Amino acid sequence: MVAASTLKTFSVTLRVWRQAGPAAAGGFVDYPAKDISPDMSFLEMLDVVNDELTAKGIEPIAFAHDCREGICGTCSCTINGKPHGPGKGVATCQTYMRSFSDGDTIVVEPFRARAFPVVKDLVTDRAAFDKIQQSGGFITARAGSAPDANALPIPKGDADLAMDAAQCIGCGACVAACKNASAMLFVSAKVGHLGLLPQGQAERDRRVLAMVNTMDTLGFGSCTNQYECSAACPKLISHDFIARMNRDYLTASLRSAFKPAPANTGGGAA
Amino acid sequence: MATLDSKIPSGPLADKWRKHKTEIKLVNPANKRKYEVIVVGAGLAGSSAASSLADLGYKVKCFVFHDSPRRAHSIAAQGGINAAKNYQNDGDSVHRLFYDTLKGGDYRAREANVHRLAEVSVNIIDQCVAQGVPFAREYGGLLANRSFGGAQVSRTFYARGQTGQQLLLGAYSALSRMVGAGAVDLHTNSEMLDLVVVGGQAKGVIIRNLVTGEISRHSADAVILATGGYGNVFNLSTYARGSNTTAIWRAYKRGACMANPCYTQIHPTCIPVSGDYQSKLTLMSESLRNDGRIWAPKKAGDTRAPAAIPESERDYYLERLYPSFGNLAPRDIASRAAKRICDEGRGVGSTGLGVYLDFADAINRLGEPAVRERYGNLFDIYHEITAESAYKAPMRIYPAVHYTMGGLWVDYNLMSNIPGLFVLGEANFSDHGANRLGASALMQGLADGYFVIPYTIGDYLAGQKPGSRPAADAPEFRQAEADVRGQTTRFLATKGKQPVSHFHKKLGKIMWDRCGMARTKAGLEAALQEIPALREEFNASVNVPGSADTLNQSLEKAGRVADFLDLGELMCRDALTREESCGGHFREEHQYPDGECKRDDEKFGHVAAWEYQGEGKTPVRNTEPLNYEFTKMSLRNYK
Ligand code: SF4
Ligand code: FES
Repeated sequence: MVAASTLKTFSVTLRVWRQAGPAAAGGFVDYPAKDISPDMSFLEMLDVVNDELTAKGIEPIAFAHDCREGICGTCSCTINGKPHGPGKGVATCQTYMRSFSDGDTIVVEPFRARAFPVVKDLVTDRAAFDKIQQSGGFITARAGSAPDANALPIPKGDADLAMDAAQCIGCGACVAACKNASAMLFVSAKVGHLGLLPQGQAERDRRVLAMVNTMDTLGFGSCTNQYECSAACPKLISHDFIARMNRDYLTASLRSAFKPAPANTGGGAA
Repeated sequence: MATLDSKIPSGPLADKWRKHKTEIKLVNPANKRKYEVIVVGAGLAGSSAASSLADLGYKVKCFVFHDSPRRAHSIAAQGGINAAKNYQNDGDSVHRLFYDTLKGGDYRAREANVHRLAEVSVNIIDQCVAQGVPFAREYGGLLANRSFGGAQVSRTFYARGQTGQQLLLGAYSALSRMVGAGAVDLHTNSEMLDLVVVGGQAKGVIIRNLVTGEISRHSADAVILATGGYGNVFNLSTYARGSNTTAIWRAYKRGACMANPCYTQIHPTCIPVSGDYQSKLTLMSESLRNDGRIWAPKKAGDTRAPAAIPESERDYYLERLYPSFGNLAPRDIASRAAKRICDEGRGVGSTGLGVYLDFADAINRLGEPAVRERYGNLFDIYHEITAESAYKAPMRIYPAVHYTMGGLWVDYNLMSNIPGLFVLGEANFSDHGANRLGASALMQGLADGYFVIPYTIGDYLAGQKPGSRPAADAPEFRQAEADVRGQTTRFLATKGKQPVSHFHKKLGKIMWDRCGMARTKAGLEAALQEIPALREEFNASVNVPGSADTLNQSLEKAGRVADFLDLGELMCRDALTREESCGGHFREEHQYPDGECKRDDEKFGHVAAWEYQGEGKTPVRNTEPLNYEFTKMSLRNYK
């Protein structure tokens, strides 16, 4: 099985960020990538280059990837200055070499943000996103305690809008694209998804307050409404969710300011 | 010889689970926090198990090799999840889902397990909706359903083409809640490299931190493996690149039996291979077969563009061969049919390894906007990868490795033959027999994690004295750690000529050619020569650059490919011994004149559970008879 012989291969130069570890200084190094088929994915091109480096006794370029179909959110390269590269609405792994031309120099860096320290080369630590989720990104529903799924009809429009937000893959491109390294799009997607559903109402105030406060303490910047985030987002999550979250946050802050805190919240786990 | 007691409860099929739940031992609530449970893996099965057990009060440690539990490959499941809700009033029932799943598995699964799966399927949907999973809905606000291969009712719940993602994010949110509450101790970037068995019971694991290289020992009262399937033994598959067999393989080497390893699912609708650099095959959801029609030219070697081939010269072969199921024939049957077409020289595309999946009729009937609404995201994926529009020309598809029905042997409680070792989800062998029906992997992962293990683990733990787990510096732990370190050092010291990928590709090719969609005695015997030779070459000449004390992706891959080499050999051995055809296991010697699977219930109506005997020794094949008390093993017919 070989590539269709009608396709012409080409060559590019990769200018890649190499950094040995979190504390090491990093810098760009150039590598040639030859005989590239336009049908190759960007990550397959990196695989080929890495095998060549290994053969030469050079340590291969570390890069994050897993599903290679745009759903797990692991891949995270900034390509020619753009998180996830030139394509609209795709992740790094869904970027194909047909987007580039013979002789190009392609600059590849990790997602840059204060809250995402570099682990090695193109790999960053995005554990901050998990911490935000742990602070409130859920609806409490113990297994075994749920009512019948059709007991609560949900208007199709609400369910569809919730799904639009729920598609977020947690990649962090929104943070990398933002000059303030704000995580507003990511957080607003989760707050929007759960807050749009009737099941999510009981914890709605608590959720938005906790998630936004955690985001602030983890070193993400604030939003100045430039919307670079949604432009870079592989799932094209709309920045309307940010406005929605701002309203939610305000209401929740007001309500919690006027509501006396219950003296005893009981023995529940969370 | 291992003893394989399936522990299937007595009594009528529909009462077994209910009865079992009331009869198994319970752990008293005050004692639960004295037990520590290790969960390895955080996909649907692992996350749902870890969060549910923590909710019950157990102390849970969860290890996942990904940088976040939300990355696990359950996330990539597209089509849906089955449940016997009968919301469509189209005649569905628990019994019908049970029967379809058992038949779909070509009568090679346990009746009692499959029935339980069908029973709890309804609870899963309730649970997921309560968590906020945004399933598709009708205009009236009720849940929508679609139909899927191998079924004649609409029982599949879905969230656009991203059902696995939404279910996983639901389970991840439950897990996150318990991590935030301090009830689950979560370790990301942590790969399990060995199982520790003390006094014949599973009592811990050895973990390598993939970022720092640190190797650590962890003891517990019980260990749960929920580490997914091993389809990457074929190198090219629809799995994520990181999916691997290491956790279950190392448990096998510590004595857990590996059941039916040769049962592999080859999914009929994937995007064909385009070149030898290929790293990944992308699935096009089975749901496309609801509206797409599969065809190939009638003439061999017909290179005309699809639009230039008149209706009369097209062969809609699934509709022709299986009139009652048509394009919705089960996966194994649809895949083999595509292979036969291509073997006859009627394949399409530049490689000749493809058939058409055509939406022209659906677009005529429903209009393009309706087709876009149903399948738009899948058409987009197809366009990204091939630069072709499926609105204008038919998709080209070809079968690809997608799921493994085999896995570690477990009893009805999901416990392996090593007491204290539980195995959930795709990592076990229990529910899908020789072929899995669409939309039932998600169902099984969540059934095991939310609704089975929370009950059955108590039965084991109640027999363990609280506080009796061994310390993590017991000699067995030290030995296992030394073994892991030894392997790491060996890989780095080999300094050979070939990257790990070289061996993975070669192994993949052997497996696909010899142990793929069609298998023969001669081919399998050849593979049993080729794989050990490849392993020797790997040991002598693999090149793993870098060091052990940082992120080293070559080192990670070396360990996984070493295990795939061993597993691949066992799969071929299993396929060679199983002298029949059933589900995804097709032996060319055993077929009916029309090319359908010829089972041999007399000789092979059993589970084969392989038991490790040591390096270089032939493993022992144990069997567990499949006693069908309520169903007749009959000829599977979709015509
Ligand atoms: S909002 Fe978009 S860019 Fe941000 S994490 Fe989610 S998917 Fe990625
Ligand atoms: S590798 Fe999974 S989204 Fe790119």
